[in-house]
Amino acid sequence: MTLSEGEKKYILDSVNDDCRIDGRQRNNYRLMQVETDVIDHANGSARLRIGETEVLVCVKAELETPKPETPDRGAIQFFIDCSANASPQFAGRGGNELASDIQSCLDRAFSSPSVLDYTALCVERGHFSWTLFVDILILQCGGNLYDAVSLGVKAALYNTVIAKVAVKFLADNKPEVEVSSDPSKGFKLDVTNVPCFMTFLRIGNHCVLDPSLEEESCGQGSLVVGITVQGIVTHVRKVGPGSFHPTSMEDALNTANAIGPLIHMQLLSKLKEETADKRGFLR
Amino acid sequence: MARTEAFFDTGLRADGRDPSQLRKISCKVGAFKQADGSAYIEQGKTKILATVYGPQEIRGGKSKVLHDRALINCQFSMAVFCTSERRNRPRGDRKTMELNSMLQQTYEAAIRVELFPRSQIDIFVEVLQADGGVASAAINAATLALIDAGVPMKDYVCACSAAMVDDFPFLDLSHLEEIVVGSMVTFACLPRSKQIVLSEMSGRLHLDYLDKVMDAALKGCEDVFHIMDSIVRSQVAHMAAAMG
Repeated sequence: MTLSEGEKKYILDSVNDDCRIDGRQRNNYRLMQVETDVIDHANGSARLRIGETEVLVCVKAELETPKPETPDRGAIQFFIDCSANASPQFAGRGGNELASDIQSCLDRAFSSPSVLDYTALCVERGHFSWTLFVDILILQCGGNLYDAVSLGVKAALYNTVIAKVAVKFLADNKPEVEVSSDPSKGFKLDVTNVPCFMTFLRIGNHCVLDPSLEEESCGQGSLVVGITVQGIVTHVRKVGPGSFHPTSMEDALNTANAIGPLIHMQLLSKLKEETADKRGFLR
Repeated sequence: MARTEAFFDTGLRADGRDPSQLRKISCKVGAFKQADGSAYIEQGKTKILATVYGPQEIRGGKSKVLHDRALINCQFSMAVFCTSERRNRPRGDRKTMELNSMLQQTYEAAIRVELFPRSQIDIFVEVLQADGGVASAAINAATLALIDAGVPMKDYVCACSAAMVDDFPFLDLSHLEEIVVGSMVTFACLPRSKQIVLSEMSGRLHLDYLDKVMDAALKGCEDVFHIMDSIVRSQVAHMAAAMG
């Protein structure tokens, strides 16, 4: 999005006065909407909207042979597709760079063994374990993609149900998988420690949370902070052009520590009280 | 008779339809604000999102400029999770490339491209969930998105798939039915002038059946037209009421 000098100055002044162009304060998020179970043949899915930003996250679990170095652990794999629907700039290969940026952030944030109980994804040591394919589709791009993606991932993982399977060894010691005949039997993942991202965009001498597309186009670099429900910082990355002073970085981390847990709790309470009335995209 | 049994268990198809019935179509026109036009369509369990940008200045190289008409640029992608088996990539494989060129040729015939020389109209289609009839649902979604964007067209473009099963034409096949029949046709037409803008057939079909299946498919297109027309009209009436 291209803005004129006047518009940029207006946004800059509004951030200085702590009353942004849509009336929010610097630490306020826009309205969020979340809905799970939107894709029928997935183990879990969620559609999350923050303001104009909209992402669709889908989790599929597949049985694979675990890696030799981690025989008793499952794995998680992220794939992000910046759909051309979100912006014509993403047509063809246009969205690949942004997608790989977000993907590497997610990979880092989920690499710690304390994030998810990866051993629960193991079915038979050395033979079978679940790999979670988390596929993220960016449908609309209205700023603050990192936060939207991470919250969508958390919601989709919360919604994920994985089938209970048993392994039987045949006469020649070959393992065979037996799937429970009752499809309602399955286990859910513990998503308590799954982090979410908070993006601090620097505009002038202040940082704002949940920037809109207009604000992003006059920001000077942003700081993506991964934070858990306990307020533990799991990941920090500076993205985009621009620089941060150590004190403003410290301020941002303190804010993340204060606000992050609230966002986690809000998301989980919304997911828990979600009703069966699903209208998906027709809403 | 095995094939018929798969279709007719108790005189109805597996999902309870009779042969000439379409699946339930629900749509939302103008689903997204950022695009010039957008539409979301659910045809049975097939869910498709289409957005339209333009007519606008040509992006990229000037070599693509057409001096007498608009350039129609389509991108057809199928989300990696849209089928029950996870796909490796959303676009660039043979199936999506084929659907891409189908879409492009269909709309080059239906949009009044001569009105916008040296400009470009982008049509982006994203399949969120695929359960048969992807090509026809994609065309229906793109038509609604183009109408939402206010791009002048000769008529609605309505598409429907059909197949012959033991002398009976069946309309709007689900994924399960597509697998069972093997051979299927997809037609898109401009319903008021009865012009066919897309005809596609997979598998093989006896020539004697072609007339029958084509008539059935065109009847299906007409049904789709009535559904889409009523949606667009109610949407416009709603907008007009809001404007006072």
